[in-house]
Amino acid sequence: MSLLETKGLKAYADKKEIVKGVTLSVQPGEVHVIMGQNGSGKSTLLNALAGHPKYHVEGSATFEGNDLFAMKPHERARAGLFLAFQSPNEVSGVTLSAFLRRAYVARFGKEVSVAEFEKIMNEKMRLLGMDRAFAERGVNEGFSGGEKKRSEILQLAVLEPKLAMLDELDSGLDVDALAKIAETIALIRKPETSIIIVTHYARILKNLPCDRVHVMRDGKIIASGKGELAGRLEEKGYGWIANAAADVG
Amino acid sequence: MDETILKEYGRDALLRDAPTDDAVLHVGRKAQHTGLTIDIVKEISEVKGEPDWMREKRLESFRIFESKPVPTWGPDLSQLDFASIVGFVRPKGKENVQPNKWEEVPDEIKDTFERLGIPEAERKFLAGASVQYDSEVLYKSLRKSMTDLGVIFTDMDSAVRDYPEIVKKYFMNKCVPASDNKFAALHGAFWSGGSFVYVPAGVKVPMPLQIYFMMNYPGFGQFEHTLIIAEEGAQVQYIEGCSAPHYTKDSMHAAVVEIFAHKESRVRYTSIQNWSTNVYNLNTKRAVVYEDAVMEWVGGTLGSKVTMLYPCSMLMGRGARAEHLNIAVAGAGQVKDNGAKVFHMASDTSSKIVSKSICKEGGVVRYRGKLFVAKNALRVKSNVRCDTIIVDSKSKAETVPVMDIRSKDAVIGHEASVGRISEEQLFYLMSRGIDAEEALSLVVRGFIEPIVKELPLEYAVEMNRLIEMEMEGSVG
Repeated sequence: MSLLETKGLKAYADKKEIVKGVTLSVQPGEVHVIMGQNGSGKSTLLNALAGHPKYHVEGSATFEGNDLFAMKPHERARAGLFLAFQSPNEVSGVTLSAFLRRAYVARFGKEVSVAEFEKIMNEKMRLLGMDRAFAERGVNEGFSGGEKKRSEILQLAVLEPKLAMLDELDSGLDVDALAKIAETIALIRKPETSIIIVTHYARILKNLPCDRVHVMRDGKIIASGKGELAGRLEEKGYGWIANAAADVG
Repeated sequence: MDETILKEYGRDALLRDAPTDDAVLHVGRKAQHTGLTIDIVKEISEVKGEPDWMREKRLESFRIFESKPVPTWGPDLSQLDFASIVGFVRPKGKENVQPNKWEEVPDEIKDTFERLGIPEAERKFLAGASVQYDSEVLYKSLRKSMTDLGVIFTDMDSAVRDYPEIVKKYFMNKCVPASDNKFAALHGAFWSGGSFVYVPAGVKVPMPLQIYFMMNYPGFGQFEHTLIIAEEGAQVQYIEGCSAPHYTKDSMHAAVVEIFAHKESRVRYTSIQNWSTNVYNLNTKRAVVYEDAVMEWVGGTLGSKVTMLYPCSMLMGRGARAEHLNIAVAGAGQVKDNGAKVFHMASDTSSKIVSKSICKEGGVVRYRGKLFVAKNALRVKSNVRCDTIIVDSKSKAETVPVMDIRSKDAVIGHEASVGRISEEQLFYLMSRGIDAEEALSLVVRGFIEPIVKELPLEYAVEMNRLIEMEMEGSVG
């Protein structure tokens, strides 16, 4: 069974159709990359899957066979869906560690003591080479762009989702920082963890092998292919794919 | 309703060496009087066996009360019916003792205690059904260590009897005279109970002094008086909690708090008020702060129907400092008209005001502040920060800061923010598995964190839980 299966998924914001029928199938352990220019609907697709209340959805989506659209956002998260946000919100006055503990309890449905959770989180932070003091700051409060990404990755590491959706993880990061984050994702990832990456650039794929590449344009997937597609896109630009869409397979 | 209950918590909680029957609760018949009349004022004074000067003070206060109109500059008080307020509940003799039954305590209050995790013995005490046996020893030993230091911590009625010279000097005199406002005058006439704290020069009280006030009679007017005096170089923290079960009749709480922070002393006054939603909470709280002394106000105002509360610091001596921190929550049918007043009367004085308000379900919060800097007060610094969260579009928040700056070089900062809890922010939390209600409560807790972190741990826990309970059902 597919982990995620969408059929003719449409997403509207204020009655404006942004995602115009996307059919996608993600198997356990697969890495998918969705590329496309600004405004092509990639981020909206991820947000709609995560249950953002701004979007009205049509079509179908299942997660491990369950109707995703019948689930509230927190239920999707508890089931193992995770969205790493492009620009995550601040929650001032709430420490990252306190927030993460609540999220952990919600995700795994069991209480953990502060001390137990401390162990779990510290181990992940060590793995990610993060300073423990970082977790005592307010969630995204006064974080730099890079710190926000690292915070998202830490959350990903602690919550161990079945499907991680990474929205423009590379925006605002330099090549080295991006390489580091890609490495850490590879490091914390379990073999059965599936990933959907939304990006403008193929460069993250240098550090993260991918199974499928999709190109989105005007709310639709106009081409899908193997990893090499990303490389060719990087080289030739999106104009090329628009013309050659039908040929890549 | 005939049955009456007297709760003089100051006495019960703090003074008794061992629980005895008559110190529990006094329940009798025909002991209460409805309405606020001069006869009741006289009777209160007589029952308490007060000296003439206090009796005179009451009578003078009553005349002032009658001569002053109900203030109209603030929230609507037209529904406040003085004639239906019970001004005094007379204690009855031992033979009539008939303790209130725990079973009779409204479920709503039991539920509150339950969720606050307060042990049953303590709950019974808080509900007015029992005394707090478990804490007796603590109070006793506390009192012993206090006595050794020369600290006085007793209820106000006993203080009038036992320390007349100190009380006479300070009581509703320089700080909050009866002429201050209509409700202070009302208070001066009908006051009963409250705390008296006296800390001698140089003494640092090692732990916070705590008290819990409970309004336990329908239509009752509660007028407790708190007087705190910190002599030169003394340090003390005082904490009070207040609540009331929900009765069908509106009740009134008109407390007066007077604090004297003498030279180089340090006083922190913390109050968490969680009145039921039909209480008019109309208080006058003021501190006189002398040279290089520090006054800190920490407050949480939840519940009540209408709250008017503007703790005031009179910075009289050079280098005096004041800090005002307050959290206010207004829900359906509630008006929180609160803020802070600081008068900079001397040079090198400084103040900091932080106000955090939350309004929801049609509640109204209004920050009303007054900042005054005298002409000859130089190098004054003041910083005011008011933040408000409006949970839904039915609710309303306003800021009314009044500044009267007469000196040339005062440095004044004022920041205000009004925010709505955004869909994006809640979605972010929900995308991590946290449900809508918890997400909202988490955002609100974060918002008030700068003030909650100033509270002692058990109060911080209570505050957070109260807020959580307030926020329940706020998301659709």
